[in-house]
Parts: sequence; C-alpha cells; structure tokens
Amino acid sequence: MSRVIINDIPVEVFKDATILEATKEMEDIYIPTLCHLNLESFNLEHRVGSCRVCMVEVEQGGRKRMMPACCTPIQEGMIVRTNTPEVIQIRRIVLELLLSDHPFTCLTCSKNLDCELQALAKQFGIEHLTYKGEQSTYPLDLSSRAIKRDLDKCIMCRRCETACNDIQTVGTLSGYKRGFMSVVAPAEMKSLKDTNCVFCGQCVNVCPTAALTEINYIKKVWGAINDPTKKVVVQVAPAVRVAIGEEFGLPPGSVATGKLVSGLKKLGFDAIFDTNFAADLTIMEEANELIERLTKNENLPILTSCCPGWVNFLEHQFPDLLAIPSTCKSPQQMFGAIAKTYYADKIGIKPENLTVVSIMPCLAKKYESARPEFIKNNVNDVDFVLTTRELAKMFKEAGINPINLPDENFDNPLGESSGAADLFGVTGGVIEAALRTAYEWVTKKELKDVVFTEARGLEGIKEATIDIDGTKINIAVTSGLGNARKILEKIQSGEAKYHAIEIMACPGGCIDGGGQPYIHGDTTIIEKRMKGLYSIDEKKQIKKSHENPYIQRLYKEFLGEPGSKKAHDVLHTHYYKK
Amino acid sequence: MERIKSFDDLKNRYNTLKALLALRDADEQVKIDVKSLKFTKEILVCAGTGCVSSESPKIVENLEKELKEKGFSDKIQVIKTGCFGFCEKGPIVLVHPDNVFYVEVKPEDAKEIVEEHIVKGNKIDRLLYEEPLVKKRVAKHSEMSFYKKQMRIALRNCGLINPENIEEYIATEGYQALGKCLTQLKPEDVIEIIKKSGLRGRGGGGFPTGLKWEATRKNAADEKFIICNADEGDPGAFMDRSVLEGDPCSVIESMTIAGYAIGAHYGYIYIRAEYPLAIHRLEIALKQSRDAGVLGKNIMGTGFDFDIELKYGAGAFVCGEETALIKSIEGKRGEPITKPPFPAQSGLWSKPTCVNNVETFANVPPIINKGPEWYSSIGKDASKGTKVFALAGKINNVGLVEVPMGITLREIIYDIGGGIRGGKAFKAVQTGGPSGGCITKENLDTPITYENLTSIGSMMGSGGMIVMDEETCIVDIAKFYLEFTNDESCGKCTPCRVGNKRLYELLNQISDGTAPEDVIEKLEVLGNTIKKASLCGLGQTSPNPVLSTIKFFRDEYEEHIKNKKCRAGVCKKLMQYTIIPEKCVGCTLCAKNCPTQCISGKVKEVHKIDQEKCIKCGVCYQKCKFGAVTLV
Amino acid sequence: MEKSNNNCQNVLAQEFYKKLDDYIQDLNIDLKDKRRKGNLIQVLHTAQHIFGYLPEEVQRHVARKLNLQHSEVSGVISFYNYFTTTPKGKNKISVCMGTACFVKGADKILEEFEKNLGIKAGQVTKDMEYSIDLVRCIGACGLAPVVTIGEKVYGRITKDDVKKILDEYKK
Repeated sequence: MSRVIINDIPVEVFKDATILEATKEMEDIYIPTLCHLNLESFNLEHRVGSCRVCMVEVEQGGRKRMMPACCTPIQEGMIVRTNTPEVIQIRRIVLELLLSDHPFTCLTCSKNLDCELQALAKQFGIEHLTYKGEQSTYPLDLSSRAIKRDLDKCIMCRRCETACNDIQTVGTLSGYKRGFMSVVAPAEMKSLKDTNCVFCGQCVNVCPTAALTEINYIKKVWGAINDPTKKVVVQVAPAVRVAIGEEFGLPPGSVATGKLVSGLKKLGFDAIFDTNFAADLTIMEEANELIERLTKNENLPILTSCCPGWVNFLEHQFPDLLAIPSTCKSPQQMFGAIAKTYYADKIGIKPENLTVVSIMPCLAKKYESARPEFIKNNVNDVDFVLTTRELAKMFKEAGINPINLPDENFDNPLGESSGAADLFGVTGGVIEAALRTAYEWVTKKELKDVVFTEARGLEGIKEATIDIDGTKINIAVTSGLGNARKILEKIQSGEAKYHAIEIMACPGGCIDGGGQPYIHGDTTIIEKRMKGLYSIDEKKQIKKSHENPYIQRLYKEFLGEPGSKKAHDVLHTHYYKK
Repeated sequence: MERIKSFDDLKNRYNTLKALLALRDADEQVKIDVKSLKFTKEILVCAGTGCVSSESPKIVENLEKELKEKGFSDKIQVIKTGCFGFCEKGPIVLVHPDNVFYVEVKPEDAKEIVEEHIVKGNKIDRLLYEEPLVKKRVAKHSEMSFYKKQMRIALRNCGLINPENIEEYIATEGYQALGKCLTQLKPEDVIEIIKKSGLRGRGGGGFPTGLKWEATRKNAADEKFIICNADEGDPGAFMDRSVLEGDPCSVIESMTIAGYAIGAHYGYIYIRAEYPLAIHRLEIALKQSRDAGVLGKNIMGTGFDFDIELKYGAGAFVCGEETALIKSIEGKRGEPITKPPFPAQSGLWSKPTCVNNVETFANVPPIINKGPEWYSSIGKDASKGTKVFALAGKINNVGLVEVPMGITLREIIYDIGGGIRGGKAFKAVQTGGPSGGCITKENLDTPITYENLTSIGSMMGSGGMIVMDEETCIVDIAKFYLEFTNDESCGKCTPCRVGNKRLYELLNQISDGTAPEDVIEKLEVLGNTIKKASLCGLGQTSPNPVLSTIKFFRDEYEEHIKNKKCRAGVCKKLMQYTIIPEKCVGCTLCAKNCPTQCISGKVKEVHKIDQEKCIKCGVCYQKCKFGAVTLV
Repeated sequence: MEKSNNNCQNVLAQEFYKKLDDYIQDLNIDLKDKRRKGNLIQVLHTAQHIFGYLPEEVQRHVARKLNLQHSEVSGVISFYNYFTTTPKGKNKISVCMGTACFVKGADKILEEFEKNLGIKAGQVTKDMEYSIDLVRCIGACGLAPVVTIGEKVYGRITKDDVKKILDEYKK
C-alpha cells in the first residue's frame, strides 16, 4: 500500500494503482478522461495517455509536474491535486485544441448527444475556441455495407487500433502518417471493402466520436415500409431484446421482447418474426451435422458458423481451415432463405415482392446480407439490416416509446422459439443449444438438466468435456477474435483435441455486438444483458430446439428432414479464401 | 590481428603497437626512439563527412600517387583520420612529426605538399591557417585560437588515429578500460566510478549517467539491453557523427563496459540512415573488434559475452527520444510512451534497458582509465567534464569544438569561433536545437552548465550552437523551429499534434501581418500548456524557441505585430516592394508581368506600385533589369 | 515490342524479388517469434534500395515474408521520412533544411532548384530524371548550405552554383 495525499485528503492506495484508479472510489473527486477505456470484464485496458485530458498536478520530491491520471502509477509520498486553476486551464486548452481540429457539425452528426467529445465540451462549458486554424480532413469511406469511416472526426484516441489489433487481432487498422495529419486507417488509406476487415464492429463500439459508425439503412427501411407493392417482414435477433430497453431508460439487461414486438408493429411492418425461430432451425441442421461428423470421425472439430464476422476472419486469415466450419448458414440467413421460399409461398407472393429486414446487434450482418451466395436471381434473402441502435433511432423518429406499449407476441409461422434459441445471443449459447439437441438425438434419452454451465460466462476461452451418456465430447467456446486465433492456431498445429468449437467474433458474444447500444466502457452492462438472456431461457416452457412445434412443421411441410437435399439447398452454404 | 586472449595479452599488444602513433605524439608524452620506426613521416588527412565532401579522398589518392612516384611509399604513409573539428577550414592535412597543420587543401596541392614539404622540408605558407585578427600564419594547431581553449576528451582520438584500424585504437590504450573493468572491478564498482565522475547524459537530458546505469542494474531480469542513441536528429548537430566516424571503437568499448555494469549481454547502436560513412566505419570497427576478441563471446578470455548490432533509423527526429527509439528498434512507429515505466524497468522487448548518447559513451573509457576524480575536477558546479559543441551559423570558425564545462559563451563564440562572419552584429545564439532557446548578448558571459542554460531560457541540448546575426529575423527563426517540430511530431498526443500546429499558425500570422493584438499572450499561454501537457520531450520542449525569443526579443515581435515591420528584412509580407524613381527607366516590364496589374506608369516614365493591390509576389523584383525595384 | 518490354520489366521485377527474398532468408526469421517485427525497418531499407521505392505489392510481399499485417507495414512506412511509396527521380536531389543550412540561406537554394527543374520539393520531373526532397540535417554543417544528389555531397552552395551542378547531370 502507498500513502498519498489527493486534494488534501490522505489516502492509502494499492501499489501500482494509477491516480485515476485511486480517485475512483473517492467522493467528489472527478477526473475527466477521454481516450482511456477499461473493459474490466474482459481484462482489457486501453491506456495510452494520448488525449491529455486527464492531466492532474503531481508534486513529488518538491517538484510539481502535470501528469496524466490514467497512466501515472501512485508512488509513496505523492501529493496530487486534481482541480487547481492551472490544472483546469490546461485541461480546457487541451479540449479546445481537440475541438479546433474537429468538424462543427454536431447537429447533423449520428453521435449527436451520444458523443464523448461533445459531452466533455458541454461539461467544461466551452463556448468559444481560443485557437482556431486548419483542420485535418480525409476522404469519407462508405465503401463497405457495414462501417462508415469519417476520419475528420477522429481524435486519435487509438481505441479502435487496440480493439482491432490487440483484442480482435484482425490487424486492419494502424496509425498512419505522422504529426498533424496522422490518423488511424487501413494500409495505404484504403477503403474498408478492400481490406481484411471482418466488420465485427468492435472499433465502432469503442469509438468516442462519430469517426467510426454504422452505415445507416433507416431511410431504406422506411422506403420499403411505404412501398405499397412490397410486403415487409422483420426478424429480431436474441441479443436485441435485452439491450433495446437501455435506449429508452430501462436498466441494462431488461427483457423488453413484448414491447419491442409492439413497437415494430407500430412502425408498420407487415409481420414481426423472430430470428430465434431460425436459430432453432440452425440447431436442427448443425446438430445433425455434428453427429454425422462425430460418427464418421471426419472434419473435426466442427466450428459454428453463425457469426459472419468470424467467418470472414477465417476466410481471410485461416483459409487452410475452410473445410471445418459447419456448412449451416447463420440464423439471419436461414430466416431470409425460408422467408423468401416457404413463407412467400404460404402467403402467395413472389420473393421479389417480399422485403426482409433484420434487427441485429451486429455490423457484420450488414455485410453478410450482401454476400453473393445469399442472393438469388437478384433477390437478397435478407434485404436490409438495422442495428439495435438504428432501430431505437427509428422508434424515436416515429415518436414511439416501446416502454409505454403493451406486450405483444411474435407472429407465426416464423415466430416461435425455444429457450435454447435465446442463448444464441451470448457466448456459449450456440453450443449449449446444440448440445441440448445432440444429446437427445444421440442418446435417444431425455436431457433433464438443460443448463450447461461449462459453456456459460464471459471468459474469452472456455474448455470442457461433455459426457453424452458415455461418449466424451471435447468442446471449446471462444469469444473475441483474439481468442479465436489462439484456438485456430492450436487446430493448425494439431494440438487441439476438440470435437466442437463455438466461435463468436465479439467479446462476450452478440450481446456486445458492434450494433448494440454504447456501453462507454461499462462492461457490467454486458454481464446484465447476459443474465437477461439466461432468464428468458429459464422462463420458457420449450427449452430445446427440436421441440419447437413450428420447426417440426417446417420440416414436415417443406424441408423433409435435417440434412435433406432440400435442407442443403436452402439452409447450407460454402466458404472461400479471401 | 590475432585474437586477444587476456587483459595481460592486451597490455602487451599495447606496448608493441604504441609505436604506431609515435610520430603523431605532438605532446611527446611517450618516449619512443623514432629511428626504430618503420615510417619517418606521416601525413594525416581528415576523412570526416565534411572533408570527404570536399574531396579529401582525392587528396589521399594524389598524395599516395606522388609518394609512390618519388619512391617514398615505404617511408611515408598517408593516414585517413576522423574529424579534426575545424570544418570551416577543411580539408585538413596534418604532417607529423613536424606537426604542421594545413587548411583548405585541394587535391591539386598534393604535388606541392610532397615536393616542397616532404622532399625539401619547407612549410607551404599559403596552406597554413591565418589568424584573422593578427594576420599571422600558424603551423601548430595547438597554438590556434580555435584549438587553444579546447580540451578534447570525447574527441580525443578524432584526427589522431585511423578509425578503420583497430590497432591504432589499441595504441591509444584502447580497450584497457574494458579490461580493467572485467578483471579488476565488480559491476557495482564500475557504476560507482561513473557516479563519482559526475558524468551526465550528453544527448540533452543531462541525467546522471551513473544513476541510470544503477537503476537498470537494480531491475532483475533474464535479459537486459544497452542502447547507444546515435540518432542525432538536432539540425546543426554533428558531434555524434564525428565521434562515430573518427573513433568508433571508443563507443564499442564503452557499451561493453556499460553492459558489464548493468548485466546486459547485447547492445544496439541506433544510427540515422543519413550517416552512411559513420555506419561504414562502425561496421568495420565491429568486425575488427570481434576478430580481436574484445567483442562477442568470451571477451579477452574473461568469460563475459557482449555483442552489438546496428539498427538504422529512417528519418524521424522523434526517434531520438528513448522510448520512441526503442519502439523503432522493435520495428514499430516511433511513438513515445508515457513514463513510468522507464526503460530501466521496462524497455526494449519489455526488458530493462539503458539508453545513452554517443558522446556520453565516448567519455567512459578515459574516466575508467584516469579515474573519476580527474574527470570531476574538470567543469563547473554540477556539470563535470567537457562538452562537444557544433558551432554553426554566422560564425567565422564553423566546426566542432570540445570545451570544459563552465567556459562562457563569449569565449566559445569569439575566442574559439572567431567572431561573427562578415563583421556583422551578434544577435543571438541558439543552443539545444529545436528544444532550446535563444541566448542574447546580455547572457554571453554565463558559464555553460546544464543548470545555467536552463535558467536563462535555453538548454544544453545535444550541443548544437547556431549563431545568428542582425540579418536574422527572430520571428522567422521561431517559425523555422516550429515548422521542424510540426513535421517531426509523431502525432500521438493532443498538445503537440494540434497545439504546435496552432503555434505555427499564430507565428505565420505574425510574419504575415495578420496577427491579432493579443497574439503574444496567446502564444505564451498555448506554449506553456504544450510544455506542461505533452507526452514526451519533443512536445515538452517544442515551444522553447518561441517562448525564449518572446522573452528576449519581445520588442522585435511587437514591431512585427503592431508596426507590421520586420527589421531584418526577412518577412516578405511585411515588406513593401517599391520602385526607386532614380533607377526606373519606364520600360514597363514590371507592369506587364504584374499578376494583379497594380503597377501604373507610362512608357519612359517612372512607374509606381499600388501597395493596396500588391500581393508581394516579387515578380517585378525578379523581372526588373535595372534594379529599380527594391524591398523595404 | 511492347510485350518484350513487359517481359523485360517482369524479369527485372523477378530479379528484384529474388534479391529481397535472399536477404530476408539470410536473416533467419522465425515467423512465430514475437520479436520478428524488429527486422521490419532494415528489410524495408533493403527493399527500397532494390526497388527504388515501396509500392503496395512490395509492401504486401514484405508483410507476408515477415508474417505481419499489411496495415502494420504500411503504418511504419508512412511514419518514417526515408521511405517512399512513389518512385523518385534517377537523380535524387536532397536539399538540407537543417538550422545551420537554413541560416545560410538553404531556402533560396531550394527555390533555385525548383525554378530550374519546374517541380516543387516532394515531386519528380516528368521524365523521372530528377526529384527534389527536403532533408533535415545530414551533419555536414561545416559546409552549409548543403545539397546531396544521390550519394554526392555538395557544400557551400550558392544560387549560381545550382545551374552549374544541374548541368553536370544533364550531360
């Protein structure tokens, strides 16, 4: 422990704690920060000391200096002052400098009122810039379907670099150039579509301004809803329902499914369906595939493939492993495929007159919906993808506050789902759902205890051996692409002895997807969303995918059985080297 | 040369090899029977970058040719040495044992040198240095005003030995300091010696070297590193280059000693890519040292391993900052990191690392050999020993000088430097490069110490000293340095990245005549913020040129701002182009070429420039054949 | 004719890649070694020396050979002044803008070169014969102002010398 004095208050602090950490528990002491980001639940801290907003005065050995609170370790005998007039003036000038190199277009900015820089400007009461001059500007990048790069708004916090290189290990971004014009960009300032970006959107999640945001499809969706020639249906991913409430003041993790459905009805969609239905469908096909491979002892381990960010990662960086992911499409795409065939048929309209919109916690889904193999005769299986954040904007634009609406149910025949499906939104959920079905199919016995705790929790890599009535299955669960890389390298080197691996690109799974409401570094929100999903599963009567009556009907009426030729045509896909 | 198997073996070699330098022993310190030597005369030719660019290799070639033709090659040898320091008067040729110092030698002079001096024994007067004030020719360089007040410790071997021959280094007692450390001293003892000597970092920081070594030693680790900072990015500084070109083995020996002291077995020399000759000499020295067994495995049979690798910079001034340098060696962008952790705790590859400057290293062997008391007896207050300065700018004797700390700026500029070129008035001397400040004539008698220079608003820096005369615009100088730091800023932290840009823009407004009334206050507030809030030394010192020039030349700033006048005649936008009526013949050439049509006048009549419309492009000035357009 | 020219270029390019690969081979880099990136800058120096500049395909090649991301390589190249992604002229003119040279009028020397060649600093002449770059202090301050063309150093240059020097190269 070290004894220090902070704002005239003597404190004892753990050795090596930073000044910022030391003051977190102290009442009335607040140090503003900007580039600093602590993702505690994932044991990741981004502290580079580059914004210089958190400066404090430190007196040591009779010498006074200004030091950044977020990365200066406490030392015995330090005297820290966090709000002298000089400290305040320095912070203010630093902030003014940042603002002087930033566009003044808050009114039409997608992060208006949700921007960390704007919040600081308001907090400091900046009403005038002492120093004005040239601004660093760059070409806008709208080349991908998922991520918008507006580098004029970059404040060089470097969080996206940490997210992309250290957490996700994708390596698309790097500091580029030097000095005033330095920026964070892909190699040679390329457009995102020409890089190895997987569109996981973790960079968007951590960006404090609107330098990195999603490409917005709200206008297109309104267009479809208003188009009298089209029937517009919407599917909603599991992770959305435990996060959308946050945009309207509900505590994190609140389950708002019924209100969400109600709100979507009010927006004017013709039918409100549930991606969970397709998740159950995915389990039918994937469990079948798992059992097939286990029986033949071929192409193991099987890797889940519902996450397009992770599939992209594999195609770019591990093309030698293209044979092992499951050939199942993701639930989003399975839904689209079924909607444009089975459902379109049922309601008697042509696929080109049916518009499928999906509400996703994810940015890679925007890219996925445009993959050529998911487009038939110029008709996309999934037409538009909106993130949870975009949906909230759409509600607000339409004057709808879902909180005030009564609960309603999803429509059928694509709206019923088991508790296993809800788990798709969290790391470990897919494999847990698959195990519930695989267990009963293999053993032909009832699975009494459906909860696989070994697969649950936010740790980046979980490994376990599951006993399926005597047969031992080695599973692994990873979330975050950095962890996926570790497992994939083990497979490449032959070290891995797994049978089935679930991989999700986003740390914690879809609940922390690139399209979810911003957590601004508070990872306890992720934990609460996780608990929200588990509570939905707990409350549901049907907990296993294969027990979903509408899924059974779908097979009876349309697909035949899992792994049938029809199922293959509609519900399976292939991958290619990028 | 055969591998040296032990310290005793080294000492024996020294006894045999010291004869190599016998002829050059101008102070007759070592008594050698010259009759027993192979050569009767030696002609030393400076082969530092400056003289090489002035064709000194051709001088060597021609001398060797002449000597061969006359049949003297057996008795007279030509030696390429490192920099003598008197760059203004290069190329330098020094004939021994006569101790005659020739300046501004051309390749054609080789013939005369051989025929007149070598054969006939006559000094060639026209090639001797002439003291400007007394108009007297001087043959012995120790009697020259340029050299009299110098004390060469770091540069002791530059101009004395052939840097491409390790035997000559050994002949100067080279590697004996290392031998002593490895066989007679414990690592802690070595650190104590350096601490006692008072040696401080010569790269600019002035941090006590002994303490740095001690701190690195204290951190236990399975691997540690020594790094020599040879990035020398300060424009106008060429001290390190000269040491590396003229005496590379001293740095190698010193790094090995440092390795022994802190417990490292590997070192890197991070050297600018812009120093190809220094790189070449280092590569030779490293190979020869390894072959001689004084570098690499089992040094001098003591069982201590230490080896050194060269790493090239790639044109980034910020990589002179130790954490940025480390990042560069790791193959990354040279962006500094916050300290703590200091490199002594976590440096290269997260291991304890000690980064020292070339000149700092060059001082170590003499300190070990002659003892710390000898070193600390030189200098003043807490600034012990000597410092190498690179004198440049509007001074008569441009070159490299090494002087004891405590000498005054006046002595350096006027006694050693020979005063201001062209007899113009002294305006200021800039020390510390882009991190330093300007010193005015009021402070010329300040004894040079780290603390004194900082207290008068500048700093020691790496040793660059640029002298300015009345024709220099002080705002322009501040702008020049800001342009440099803007270019070289890594861009990581806000105050340096954006703040320095705004500082530069404000200075531009001053030189354009568009600055607001309160611009000086704005500069001071912003400058102080950048100093206090920047992440690394580059940002923390980049406002110094502005702040120090405002402090000492406020009136010149105010003249620019309030009166829109530049007294040195440099800031073009504050000048006016006018036509001298007496010289104008009315040829209309200026009016025809004026892009804004602001020149009026009929053919054969005096023309006039409308100042309101004039954009000060200067075309009329360029076109006028009669010199009738002038800038005031 | 064009086809054979292209073939010539391809053969040249192949030769260059072989030279680079031989150099990298000699470095004996373990592609799993966390410290392998420490080789990047010297590999880039060598690549630039061989190819004359570092176009995208050379960057990707280096990234592959060292098992690094293209973005890492590109980010490093863009940071350091020495590296260029566009070709320079056959005769690379570097005008030193260090303090000592500046104080002795280097900016006027630069203007003179720019005027004579019709290009600005950072550009290359259309015939690719000359390029002008600014350099920050090469340490020959005793000879200020200094200009280097290729490896040759010209010291104490005056405005009038510029044309004379360029004439040397025009021959």
